[in-house]
Amino acid sequence: MPVLEMKGIVKAFSGVPALRGVDFEVKAGEVHALLGANGAGKSTLMKILTGAYQADGGSISIAGEPLQIDSPQAAKSHGVQCVYQEVDTALIPYLSVAENILLDQVVQSKGTGLIRWKQLYDQAEEILRGFGFAIPVRKTVDACTLSEKQLILIARATVQKAKFVIFDEPTAPLSNRESERLFQIIAQLKQAGVGIIYISHRLPEIFQICDSMTIMRDGQRVHTARTSEITMDEVISHMLGKSFDEEFPKVEAEIGETLLEATGVQGGKVRGADLHVREGEIVGVVGLVGAGKTELARLLFGADPWDAGEISLKGRKLRLQSPKDAVDAGIVLVPEERRKEGIFVEESVKHNLSVATLASVFGFVRQSLEALQANELIKRVGVKTADSSQLVGLLSGGNQQKVAIGKWLDTDASLFIFDEPTKGVDIGAKSDIYRLIGNLAANKKGVLYFSCEFPEVLGIADRILVMTEGRIVKEFLRGEATQEQIMYYASGGE
Amino acid sequence: MERPKISLFDLVYKYGTVAVIALVVLYFSLTNPYFFTYDNIKDILRSISIVTFVAIGVTFSLIVGGFDLSVGSTVSLTTVIVASMMVWYEQGMLITLIVPIALSLLVGLVNAFLVVKIRIPDLLATLAMLYIVNGLHMTYSKGYSIYANMPMTDGTNAPGKFQEWFLWLGQGELFSLPVPVILTFLLVAITHVYLTYTKQGRMLYMTGGNLEAARLSGIPVNRYRTLAYVLSALFAGLGGMLLAARIGTGQVSSGSSMLMDAVAAAFVGFSVFGVGKPNVFGTFVGAILIGVLLNGMTMLNLPYYAYDIIKGVVLALALAVTYYQVRRKAKA
Repeated sequence: MPVLEMKGIVKAFSGVPALRGVDFEVKAGEVHALLGANGAGKSTLMKILTGAYQADGGSISIAGEPLQIDSPQAAKSHGVQCVYQEVDTALIPYLSVAENILLDQVVQSKGTGLIRWKQLYDQAEEILRGFGFAIPVRKTVDACTLSEKQLILIARATVQKAKFVIFDEPTAPLSNRESERLFQIIAQLKQAGVGIIYISHRLPEIFQICDSMTIMRDGQRVHTARTSEITMDEVISHMLGKSFDEEFPKVEAEIGETLLEATGVQGGKVRGADLHVREGEIVGVVGLVGAGKTELARLLFGADPWDAGEISLKGRKLRLQSPKDAVDAGIVLVPEERRKEGIFVEESVKHNLSVATLASVFGFVRQSLEALQANELIKRVGVKTADSSQLVGLLSGGNQQKVAIGKWLDTDASLFIFDEPTKGVDIGAKSDIYRLIGNLAANKKGVLYFSCEFPEVLGIADRILVMTEGRIVKEFLRGEATQEQIMYYASGGE
Repeated sequence: MERPKISLFDLVYKYGTVAVIALVVLYFSLTNPYFFTYDNIKDILRSISIVTFVAIGVTFSLIVGGFDLSVGSTVSLTTVIVASMMVWYEQGMLITLIVPIALSLLVGLVNAFLVVKIRIPDLLATLAMLYIVNGLHMTYSKGYSIYANMPMTDGTNAPGKFQEWFLWLGQGELFSLPVPVILTFLLVAITHVYLTYTKQGRMLYMTGGNLEAARLSGIPVNRYRTLAYVLSALFAGLGGMLLAARIGTGQVSSGSSMLMDAVAAAFVGFSVFGVGKPNVFGTFVGAILIGVLLNGMTMLNLPYYAYDIIKGVVLALALAVTYYQVRRKAKA
């Protein structure tokens, strides 16, 4: 039985270690789960295996034979294939199913340079029949459903004599029935002696289909076990590790009337969420990456179109068609992608801070007032900058985030939505941001805090909502929840 | 805060354009005694006045992160329309001015509709409009330039002629300065103040600086993008009217060469004094650079068909400097 072995894999990104000597093995003919919380290093490890990244150190071998994987082509030629979560990036939408399955063959065919269509279609059909599926092979890929596209990718991997196939969150876009079909295919591949690396956030399905698992945390392998010899609770505690003590200064705030009330919110990935926020309350919304948190935050801010649902603020019904409607009503958002969505890197700190509140007389900006308010805000949120005319792009991540928050503080908004506000922010700035959020609550503002950092939310939230697959599945009051419980619900446990 | 190092590139980037203008002026002055005279400088300014109008329009579309290729056609359109108002229909001042202005606003609104509402990429949408507007002005004028007492298709002669007050706009002088030059100075001053000191100006820059961040800051970005396209067409339209006043006829296709001149001026303007964004003052300097080069080459008796080579080189250099700077910033 050939074994794929990765030994002592080390990788750092601009000095920050992502993998610190990881060992990982998969045997042919087994389904091996790769598990870990966000940022544990799973995807970095897999990108090294598929040749997308180069490891800084360590070795890879199959059946004891060392491999040099320095490009995606090299990985494929050694029989390592990946079925990516974003199926569309790997398919050519206006070509037929058959052409997509046999893409490499079509591209690399030698001889006359002519394509034998009949042969191509027959061959593709036979491969699909092997899996027991009938997708019309002449159909173009853009007319296929998501699960069909996934199947095409799997079929392509098998054509290329895959020895090891990585599935990256394959069930995320699938319905239950489609998932079951996928599991059958995985079982067939396993029968055929293919080694499978299965990455998923959903613990129940991992226990259903995987033979063994490797758990990673903070760029290291922490545990490898056979599925039959481990429980779900043990897996969760390995993923989280022992809880480290971080300080979350919680400002005491009196909780008042209901501020925000949203029911049946649907749109994009969000498949129906009910929630409410009261004055002075910090509501944490947690979930793993891809649970639909950012999408929900954007819906509540009017940044994306709603499919269904109702929202009211202080008892007044709102129709949010653009962020401007939300801002006018008193809802503001500090978005997740700071540089892309939150700040203007080419503009000064002053111009960034005044963007939402710029005062003018007869259309002319009141420049001295603007400077005054900017300096006051810089002090209030603690932005470390030489002066207010400094370009925001030159500040550190934490200070950029303070600017992104600061621009809303002088508005008379009553509900503040934060989406992963501490992402890419240093420790010092983090506690400044917690303090700012606490002060907002103390001033009777409502706060919705979206995060995938469980300890953070446990530290500052009055109430915690757990999101998974676009729904809010569980609610905890302050002090009720543990990280383990949150992880249990966030990974699809019931 | 550490003091950033000043590299050679930064110096070239900041003062390069101005230095090039100074060098070119020096060179032409030394080779031709007539070049550095009041009359010739007046000529240069007069010749760039119309391009400056169009280039300021282009600057507005660049500020909101867009692009407007249809400005040249809009120039042709209003040139012909304004001429026909006087020559064909003998209209008074009010109608003569309002109709072409209204039409250019309409062009701007259609551009905005295609780009902002339908979401066609700006280059493609305004490319389509370039053809449509060009075709419209040709169809309207039946391919003929419009001049006083021109023969009409029915065998008669056109009843009207260019009005004195209108020609004064393009050919007159005030305090021994040509009127179009005064108008250009006015437009530069007004748009500069508008963009630098008013809230709307600031919001236009914010919209172009980061569209999504602007939208998520509650700025009605689509309104500002629409405004930019409308102003772009308006200034092109005014430029076209000024062109008719200057040459005294409604020349067909007269605007087609203006597009690239205006774009070159606006891109040269990016880097003037290291601003690094589209700006009206820089655009004006860019237009002067192009004007000086063309004037000097005329004096050197270079064939006119070689001018495009020089203009193209200027545009390529300006773009090279601009995009090199963008890449450097992205790396920093």
